[in-house]
Amino acid sequence: MNINSFSWPRLQDNLKNFSFAFPAIIIFSIFYIYPFFDIFRLSFHQWNGITPSMKYVGLQNFRELMGDAVWWQAMGHAAYITLIALTFQNILAFALALACDREIRMRRFYRVVFFIPPVLSEVVVGLIWQWILYAGMQDGQHIGLLNYWLTQTGLPQLAHNWLSDPKTALTCIAVVHCWKGFGWGFIMLLAGLQTIDRQLYEAARVDGANSWKLFTNVTVPMMVPVMLVVVILTVLGSMQVFVLVLSMVGQGLGYHTEVPVTRILAAMTGTNRFGYACAMGVNFGVILIMVSVAFKSLSGRLKQA
Amino acid sequence: MKKAVGFALCLMLLGGCGQRKEDLNTVTLWHWMTDRQKAFEELARRYEETTGIKVKIDLYAPSDAYTQRVVASAQSHVLPDIYGILDKKEIFASFIESGFVADLTEVFHKDDAAWEKSLFAKALDVNRFSEGNIYKVKPGIYGVPIDVTNIQMLYNKKLLAKAGIKNPPRTFQELLDAGQALKRVGIAGLVSGWGEIWMIDCFASNYAFNIMGEEKVMATYRGEVPYTDPDWIKVFNIFRELRDKGVLAEGIVTKPNKYAEQDFALERAAFAFNGSWCVNVYGDMNQKLEYGAMLPPPVNPNRPMRIWGGAGSSFVVNNASPRKDKAVAFLKWLTEKDQQAFLAGETKNLPSNREALASIPAILSQFAGVMDQTTHPTVWPYNEDAVVTEKFDKGIQSIIIGEKTPEEVAREVQEVKERELKKTKQ
Repeated sequence: MNINSFSWPRLQDNLKNFSFAFPAIIIFSIFYIYPFFDIFRLSFHQWNGITPSMKYVGLQNFRELMGDAVWWQAMGHAAYITLIALTFQNILAFALALACDREIRMRRFYRVVFFIPPVLSEVVVGLIWQWILYAGMQDGQHIGLLNYWLTQTGLPQLAHNWLSDPKTALTCIAVVHCWKGFGWGFIMLLAGLQTIDRQLYEAARVDGANSWKLFTNVTVPMMVPVMLVVVILTVLGSMQVFVLVLSMVGQGLGYHTEVPVTRILAAMTGTNRFGYACAMGVNFGVILIMVSVAFKSLSGRLKQA
Repeated sequence: MKKAVGFALCLMLLGGCGQRKEDLNTVTLWHWMTDRQKAFEELARRYEETTGIKVKIDLYAPSDAYTQRVVASAQSHVLPDIYGILDKKEIFASFIESGFVADLTEVFHKDDAAWEKSLFAKALDVNRFSEGNIYKVKPGIYGVPIDVTNIQMLYNKKLLAKAGIKNPPRTFQELLDAGQALKRVGIAGLVSGWGEIWMIDCFASNYAFNIMGEEKVMATYRGEVPYTDPDWIKVFNIFRELRDKGVLAEGIVTKPNKYAEQDFALERAAFAFNGSWCVNVYGDMNQKLEYGAMLPPPVNPNRPMRIWGGAGSSFVVNNASPRKDKAVAFLKWLTEKDQQAFLAGETKNLPSNREALASIPAILSQFAGVMDQTTHPTVWPYNEDAVVTEKFDKGIQSIIIGEKTPEEVAREVQEVKERELKKTKQ
């Protein structure tokens, strides 16, 4: 640094500029940076969340976590929900976005309807679906809407205890999660579709491209950046699902419906192991960051291609 | 102009940093009981009329959210004057150890222990730390019970009659037979909120006490008896038998208690396992419901059935509060006969004051009649490690869904127990 280049007016100017950003930096530090480092610090301690004293245990929480079969099982369940969301939810969202991007009747109405599930509270959605999938009977009749409907339409053999059977419970949660979440993807993909220059389609048509060619050679390449954003948000949202799980199956079904966040909650409030819960949080955060970075680099490569 | 605005802003910021003047005449109470908000508000109004002290009643529900709020407030030292600790005794002890709870022993013992004597001993025990307690808390009373509760089985008289069952079952075998009789006529048997694992724990512990007695249960918690012991297998087996004989209602393992209460109140199941608070809930849902309360039918007729009970809801006083004495005075007033009778009448809960029992409904009397048979983890000399308890309860869920045998679950729970014991020794 050249000492001759120093000038008071410039320093004053810089300080003045910095003072405008200062409140935001303070808020960001208090509400984002500090909690992040505190969680990291707590993950090296044994603490019940109440007592003023805590015991430093080094990496013990992380070592225990590596061997915690239930934690990795929960991670697997979140991955399963994410996989269903990435495929079923996003394909549905894209198909509906494509449909609404065309000149169809009542497309504004559809846009509103498809965006209703995402704005509903997850607890409400969970409780409504719990009622739909309910397995109980009264006076020989199913009370749950799905089982009642199956019985009425001549398919009583398909009536099932959907949420209390380990074979179907997690899939039911995943499907409801997709139902609730596809609206976000739909809106983002629709916005992306509407930014594609219509002249590209016209030019391709003049060159003799059919609908399929238009889709594969114009729509898909132009939508790659939006699709990647949708994919990253889907992964982050699906891996962190938990309100739906709690409202649909509570703490039930052994460990079959556990997801990472329910495990973190159980460690924090069920077994009062704050340090261990923080270690879970750090581990989970690192995994999510790694996944996001992987998708980001994939996005870069696809853009170059 | 700019300088003036800047100066004013700085003054406001500095003013914000200053200490707020304490309002010493307003006591703040945090609770989680949605059904009692109106009654509390009414009592607070009456108290203000009588004493001039304002009591601010803040409701934070559901109880999980309330617990999180209390823990977070304790961490940041912003607890209200009066609050409740809805957690294990170990956590209650941590609150005391951290100086968040006032020791009320002296106040209870004043005037020949008049306040203490007016309340159910079982209810006070939940808030009491005795001499030589394992938590190393100074012996004394640290909380005020505002009602008492116990958790029993309920039976629907009409549905039992429909299945040809004349009397509610008195033995476990009779319960299994009743479940089968109900199944034959298409009525679900037992419903309970076993999607909330503490309720499974409660049911299992009732039978553990009945099958092997308190001493052996405590010996297990101390690590002296393994969960693979035949008596524990018998406890796990109860759930297998209930499942195999079709006594359990569909989806019981994923049912929150609110839904289970709805099922029983709307006559979708003949039996329920629920606490005395249900009288209020069922009354709201179906006023024509004809039901009675009974102890869970014992497996071992030679040992009495012990059920969970004691203080239903208790409040503690914030030790750091400048309004500590006023908070204690309000709680004392709240547990007096008239206020307790009002609360019992309004909310259909069992009063903690013995003298207020006279005017409670018949069904509540059935609950009150077995208070002597109640016990609770908070009064036991030892408590199981929470990690082991979670494995235990989840294991029972696995038995109910037919995934594991009692022996497998016992083995798995014992493995976790040994691991946790090893950790404690380290």
